[in-house]
Amino acid sequence: MSVPANIVSEESTIIPNGSGAAAILSAGIGSIAVAIFAIAADKSSFVKNLFVFYKPTGALSGETTVAILLWFATWAILDWRWRKRTVALRPINAVALALLGLSLLLTFPPIGDLF
Amino acid sequence: MEITTRSLWTLIHGMGFGALYLLASSGAIVALFRRYSTEPSPQNQAGGDRFLGIYLSIMAPLAWLTVLTGTYIIYPWYRAAPPKDTVNLGVYPRSLLLSHPATSQWHLIGMEWKEHVAWLVPIAITAAAFIAIRYARDLKHHSQLRSALLGFTAISLFAAGIAGFFGAMLDKNAPVDGGQTIQLIKGE
Repeated sequence: MSVPANIVSEESTIIPNGSGAAAILSAGIGSIAVAIFAIAADKSSFVKNLFVFYKPTGALSGETTVAILLWFATWAILDWRWRKRTVALRPINAVALALLGLSLLLTFPPIGDLF
Repeated sequence: MEITTRSLWTLIHGMGFGALYLLASSGAIVALFRRYSTEPSPQNQAGGDRFLGIYLSIMAPLAWLTVLTGTYIIYPWYRAAPPKDTVNLGVYPRSLLLSHPATSQWHLIGMEWKEHVAWLVPIAITAAAFIAIRYARDLKHHSQLRSALLGFTAISLFAAGIAGFFGAMLDKNAPVDGGQTIQLIKGE
């Protein structure tokens, strides 16, 4: 008995989840970088001055630019490593969503000021 | 009927890009939930996946436009330091808010949170748009990717909601105003 051709082709063309995992984890890392850089600039005038890339916007310009560059770099590296692989996505999802949630909390000034 | 250039940019940033993003992301969450909580027919599957990819791909630039106009056009006007001995702080919103204990927390908590939390939105929705486009019809095989798609879109809506709420309240307490006046309709 032959297997219907459409089922065989569908199963054989499943895209590995590696690219998606790279996008998910790097987004979590980029988000936490925004929060960490914001806290660092708030705590240290040296760091704050380092992050002033565009004077009218102040340190926010550097904090976000460096975080975005870090996000893209992480994404590119992870995508390059995982593109053709199927990875365990559940822990990656958990870590990425935890990092996003933590970023929401750490950017809230009363919490960020605790450090 | 007149509007200043700074007010116009605030309007474009908040009521244009920002509010549109909030509407779009609440729609996206409903669409994602309905899409993956029911079993669509094969015909609807292909069209629905394509639509979802296009929809999230439009939301991502909208989020980027919101944060970029906010950070690089409006925020410099908001945080500009007034010249020494300035009495009228009307065109210096940050200083105006900080000058009174009743309004200072709008800057110290509101703006300080808004200026950073808003940047989580384009990061989250760009990742979501990438997944929706990259996997499209294949998403039906990846339950964890679908969960991440929904989670990222929901977090982007939440972060955008925080930024939007404080943006509206800041503009109510100390609007960004000034610049050239644009006459929209001439009075009689």
